[in-house]
Amino acid sequence: MIRIFKIALRNLLRYKRRTILTSLLITLGIVLVILFSGLAGSFKTMMIGQITDSNLSQMQIHKKGYVSSIDTMPLNLTLDTKRYKKIEDLLSSHSEIKAWAPRIKLNAMLSNFTDTTNIRLNAISPEKEVLVCPDVGSRMTFDEKRDPGILLNPGEVIIPEKLAKGMKLKIGDPIVLVANNKDGSVNGLNFQVAGIIESILGPQGKEGYMHIKDAQELLRMDNPEMIEVAIRLHDFDKLEKVYAVLSSKLAKFINKKGMPEFEIHTWDQLSPFSNIAKMIDFMTITMKIIMIAIVLISILNVMMMSVYERVREIGTMSAIGTSPSRIMGLFLAEGLLLGLISSIVGNIIGLSGIFVLNIYKISFAFGRQDNLLLAPTVNITELLWVSGIVLLISVFASLQPAYKASRMEPVDALGHV
Amino acid sequence: MALVQIENVSKIYQTGDIEIAALSDINLSIEKSAFVSFVGPSGSGKTTMLNMIGCLDKPTHGKILVDGKQVDSFNRQKRAAFRGDVIGFIFQSFNLFPVLTAYENIEYPLVMIKDEPAEKRKEMILTVLDSVGMLNQKDKFPDQLSGGQKQRIAVARALVTQPKLVMADEPTANLDKTSSINVIRLMRDMKDKFGTTFIFSTHDPRIMEEAEITHTLVDGKLS
Repeated sequence: MIRIFKIALRNLLRYKRRTILTSLLITLGIVLVILFSGLAGSFKTMMIGQITDSNLSQMQIHKKGYVSSIDTMPLNLTLDTKRYKKIEDLLSSHSEIKAWAPRIKLNAMLSNFTDTTNIRLNAISPEKEVLVCPDVGSRMTFDEKRDPGILLNPGEVIIPEKLAKGMKLKIGDPIVLVANNKDGSVNGLNFQVAGIIESILGPQGKEGYMHIKDAQELLRMDNPEMIEVAIRLHDFDKLEKVYAVLSSKLAKFINKKGMPEFEIHTWDQLSPFSNIAKMIDFMTITMKIIMIAIVLISILNVMMMSVYERVREIGTMSAIGTSPSRIMGLFLAEGLLLGLISSIVGNIIGLSGIFVLNIYKISFAFGRQDNLLLAPTVNITELLWVSGIVLLISVFASLQPAYKASRMEPVDALGHV
Repeated sequence: MALVQIENVSKIYQTGDIEIAALSDINLSIEKSAFVSFVGPSGSGKTTMLNMIGCLDKPTHGKILVDGKQVDSFNRQKRAAFRGDVIGFIFQSFNLFPVLTAYENIEYPLVMIKDEPAEKRKEMILTVLDSVGMLNQKDKFPDQLSGGQKQRIAVARALVTQPKLVMADEPTANLDKTSSINVIRLMRDMKDKFGTTFIFSTHDPRIMEEAEITHTLVDGKLS
């Protein structure tokens, strides 16, 4: 076997220019795939991280039917204490779940005593929220004198930056929030602007924050009620698996009408960024398909040329008794070796590119966010996948020329001019 | 028993509607350790005859036995295996593999066909290289050797597997007079040393004189 590869390597080196050019083309394809996967993948990971760690959370449980009418933020689809307890019992029994936090989503009118506007609010339990969305505070700006450990106190509101600008509100200003409860009665309470929060993608990123106890008081809830339960896992990669388990367990909770009581969604079912993430995945697959086409056409071309130029040599091999399978193996080894060398060089250059991009981080703007820094990474599975595909396609592309070589009649091949 | 037995062999090539008989009703036997030449003008059927005996081609009619086996009934795989075991080849254009050194060219059939162990391989190659007087040229690539030297290496490659029969189609056609005589004499020496049967074709009268048995072909028939 080693001897076959030795002969194959020498045959490749026999046509140095052609081998180098083909190898360069394949290498370029691999480098582009590695760099694109690294950049697109890190962008996707960064954005998903921002969405799940600073706003949305990784999964959410609601009363059945809430998400389909989420735009109106209905207050009649709440989780009472009894139902919340059922969810807590379920979540606490699952070792993969790191934390959960109750939330109330509401629309309110905000007045600065001069102007009035509407605001979407996320009412949270700050101590639990930071466990579910550990980066939520990183989007918020507070007074310099404030204790950085305190996210939100009762009586305080954190408002979106665009709204603060439009209403000319600063940290420390008093405001009034007025909201309708689920029965239609109106209530208003005084609050103080404790901080400003910057936007991220989607409607979720433009919400203000208030304390959950204040929301319950504003909405005149006699007993504590929640709209959603946000969930964080120990390992994000197990999201689909945990989601499947929780879905099946939640489906067992049936209401009096015999219908499911709860619904659970993962972040991608709730955020419009999931479509961009899917587009990124699609583009990555497209790049890989282009790379496969480059490898396939390049190696097929080289191997066909190689067989055509060496007909007499193939005739000699066959005449002196080399079996058709060995002749085929020799040409397959040439294709495989070409793919292997290109793959190794491509991986080295691609990884070097990733390393350089990590030193000179790429700064870019996306949506309303400026100065996002991309630090591309590529995991070993991705590299192995790319290399594996290249090797597989190299062998596949060599199959037809190798088969042709192995099927040549020695008497015809020896007489070839 | 003869090493090669040819019975009523004909080979007809079809070109469109025209049939051309390259060989017509040949009957012939060649004994072991013979040094046989096929002579005749171009197009007389010498190469076709060698291709038939060397299991490179099949007759249209008739039967060919080599080393007691009816080779015309073999399939492609079996013919290749039989050639590797029983027959060595020397070609007019030497047909050495350009990417392999002289040593590696001789080693090729031992590795790719015979799967001989490394130690035995080395011993066999050095013996045959010494026999053809090319021991000091063993590390050279074919393009670093003269025509005569290349053919010596080709002879060594044909002999290294210790075949019973060596086929050589015009082995001296691309060589000068001195080299031609030297190569033919080398083949004869090898025949004497290893007891191998040599069958070659030529139309060079000086080479014909070196053969022990000469068969003349004219228009595909033995005369």
